[in-house]
Amino acid sequence: MQVLKKIGLGLAAMLTSLNAFADYSWNFPEPVTPMALDTLHVHNKFMLITMVIFVVVLAIMIYSIFSHRKSKGYKPVADKAPSTVIEIFWVLVPFVILLLIDFVIMGIPAYHSVVMMEDTRDKATMVIKVTGSQWRWQYEYLDGDAQGIKFVSNLTTTADQQHNAADKGENYLLEVDNHLVLPVGEKVRILMTASDVLHNWWVPQFGSSRVAVPGFIRETWVQVDKAGTYRGQCKELCGKGHGYMPVVVDAVPMDEYKVWVAAKKAEIAKAGEIKEMTKEDLVAQGKAVYEKNCAVCHQVNGAGLPPAFPAMTGSKIALGPVFGADGKYLKDGHLDRLLNGKGVMPAWKSTLNDTEIAAVITYERQALGNSASVDPIIQPAQVQAARQ
Amino acid sequence: MSTTTVANHEEHHDHPTGIMRWLTTTNHKDIGTMYLTFSLVMFLVGGSMILGIRAELFKPGLQLMNPDFFNQLIGVHALIMIFAALMPAATGFANWMLPLQIGAPDMALPRLNNWGFWLLPPSAILLTLPFTLALFGIGDGALATGWTFYPPLSIQGGIGVDFAIFAIHLLGISSVLGSINIIVTLFNMRAPGMTLMKMPMFAWGWLITAFLLIATIPVLAGAVTMLLTDRHFGTHFFNAAGGGDPIMFQHLFWFFGHPEVYILLLPVWGFIPQILQTFSRKPMYGYKAQVYSLWAIGALAVVVWAHHFFTAGMPVPALLYFMYSTMAISLPLAVLFFCWIKTMWKGSMTFETPMLFAVGWIILFGIGGLTGLVLADVAADAQYHNSYFVVAHFHYTLFAGGIMGIMAGVYYWLPKMTGNMYDEKLGKWHFWLTAISFNLTFIPQFFVGLAGMPRRIPDYALQFAEFNMISSISAFALGLSQLLFVYVIIKCVKGGKKATDKVWEGAEGLEWTLSSPPPYHSFTEQPIVK
Repeated sequence: MQVLKKIGLGLAAMLTSLNAFADYSWNFPEPVTPMALDTLHVHNKFMLITMVIFVVVLAIMIYSIFSHRKSKGYKPVADKAPSTVIEIFWVLVPFVILLLIDFVIMGIPAYHSVVMMEDTRDKATMVIKVTGSQWRWQYEYLDGDAQGIKFVSNLTTTADQQHNAADKGENYLLEVDNHLVLPVGEKVRILMTASDVLHNWWVPQFGSSRVAVPGFIRETWVQVDKAGTYRGQCKELCGKGHGYMPVVVDAVPMDEYKVWVAAKKAEIAKAGEIKEMTKEDLVAQGKAVYEKNCAVCHQVNGAGLPPAFPAMTGSKIALGPVFGADGKYLKDGHLDRLLNGKGVMPAWKSTLNDTEIAAVITYERQALGNSASVDPIIQPAQVQAARQ
Repeated sequence: MSTTTVANHEEHHDHPTGIMRWLTTTNHKDIGTMYLTFSLVMFLVGGSMILGIRAELFKPGLQLMNPDFFNQLIGVHALIMIFAALMPAATGFANWMLPLQIGAPDMALPRLNNWGFWLLPPSAILLTLPFTLALFGIGDGALATGWTFYPPLSIQGGIGVDFAIFAIHLLGISSVLGSINIIVTLFNMRAPGMTLMKMPMFAWGWLITAFLLIATIPVLAGAVTMLLTDRHFGTHFFNAAGGGDPIMFQHLFWFFGHPEVYILLLPVWGFIPQILQTFSRKPMYGYKAQVYSLWAIGALAVVVWAHHFFTAGMPVPALLYFMYSTMAISLPLAVLFFCWIKTMWKGSMTFETPMLFAVGWIILFGIGGLTGLVLADVAADAQYHNSYFVVAHFHYTLFAGGIMGIMAGVYYWLPKMTGNMYDEKLGKWHFWLTAISFNLTFIPQFFVGLAGMPRRIPDYALQFAEFNMISSISAFALGLSQLLFVYVIIKCVKGGKKATDKVWEGAEGLEWTLSSPPPYHSFTEQPIVK
């Protein structure tokens, strides 16, 4: 009986939580989109119904367990199947109750929720594209003033925190460098795709979740009705970094959003300029790019995690030539591998800009024990030329 | 059906002894024993893997393992528990009990039976070998994609994926062989007078399971073979760049995967009513209704698969179809639950260990079923999908509904198999420890899932810490409780109070008419069923 009591207590806790909207830790987090609100209602209603069924059935069982015992001298009746009309009626009761729940009480609202969830286009005021890659999200604004804004969003939680060498911050594993910024109250159509494996862009408070499939466009939408910062995670197993690609969205009022758009555009224009750089500048910037993007697999010290993730230190590719005699980059050379990827190594050509690629190659050739390499310095202009 | 084929089998045997006895045996009880032993061993192996996971998840941060190894453990844990613990346990019972229950001397195809079992150990080795190879620097460990093999991740993966694909092939052949054997046995070797509608419920459960296996295993084998050719022979079934579609794999996989849930559960739905009637001392209620419900579930099982990936993107009509057809599964299940409880109602119940497990099973499997109903709702599923809510849900169906059901069967039939009573006191302790620690492990996972923790992550945000800690501590209690189970079984096999032929006061059925343990060749004279 202890276990029944325990289940009872657990369920009682669940039941009370349904109405305790102030405390969301026992239920979905506070909904901020029409879809999440709808989902919460569906969930609460469903939970209440199933809880009632469970408690009623359990009560009948417990009554039987205590009353119809041999130790109490109860003599068994011999009924094998319903025989009278009234018995057949009782047999049909649970069937009919579930029929009603399935196709009327829950079935009808579920229909409307699905239609709302899948209607990504009506009244959508802007479109963004979300691309999942191992293990970061890339955002691109496809229309309006923000058209052309495109950036990558990387985890900023330090390795020290993950390995318990430093105190964990408030948003441990749920913090990124570049937040996705959306205007409050606008319906945003989201096109979803991936560059390598399946990912799933999920913010619990938005109630939308869609798998990002490489080679296909899937869509969903959000309309954040309350300003704030919302955090979520990838929820489709996508390899060893699956737990390390959070989603962070800032929902801001329209005027703030416009200011952000202008600032972001200026910042991107500046970063995209191609200029001759010194070795020191390249190495400094390359170190930052490396630690943000490459160190997950190749490790901060370049030792890699062989055999899946080869060491950078002493690597043939990092020591060998980048360009051939004709001035074009070599197949299976350093630049080729970085731009186009191979196997588990992702292609970086659409994620990193020319300067970042030049910097990280230079860094990998100057530091990490590779100072003896051919072609020690790569300039952004060379990368730009190589792309054509 | 012939009644004249009976000879005196006891005399002209010279059985091989030692290892050769077990390698060459074609006896249904020997093979049943091997299946059950294999299942118990693999249950412990799969269990220790998940305890590694729970230890890592005890608190935030990476303590014990790197994320890659974490991913290997979760996938191999699932494959072992499903294919090497639950399925062989059900097949073991089928081998032991079906001939006894239908009055046959043995299974219809004994050599096939032997081969079916001996495919299992090599496949278990294939599944786990990459862990060992990695220690010697060969390959990068076992399958790290979760048990679902979703491409493109599985196309990227290392040799662990290939090993798992071949293990699936062998396990699949083994299951199909076992299924053929069971269908042939049930259709041809029933005692005179035992019509199909007089078969024991366990035989019905297994008959439908066998048909489901034969219908779906080839689809899984085909899907993983396509994966293999994508990986090594340049095909593009699941690669968009070559005109393929990664989501097609999910359709193929779950066309097998959803029926698989019922494959695991139908045998249990077969013998639980038998346990209930034994300890309620009252005939099973609604035999016909139960048989028809089992068929209905078997039929629905193969038309609802896409509810496992609503979030992968589907046209609205497809979403609606899969939602409503999934909800319809609750209808035959409602009939089954009604019949189970009505079998207990106004009985004369006693609560020996098998009955405790059976009653606990109804309650806990009920939670699994009801949360499954909620998951069918497409809108709400967007939140539940791939969160810990789903993890808790399917452990209520597969641990409570599957493994605890199997445990009920073990305690129910162990005296018949060994001829000795098990230790009742320890059995009861095992039940309460298992039931309590199971709930304490998985109830927190419902909440942590609702709060937004995705499954299959090696490290998590701080807000999930308390629930994970409770879950981890309870999981260790759950794991340790199973050592008691092993001890009770060993103790019972070695000796104990002698069991009577009937074992239980209220037992009905042909298996209880034989001695305990039954003779090596079950029925030397075919019983007549009236």
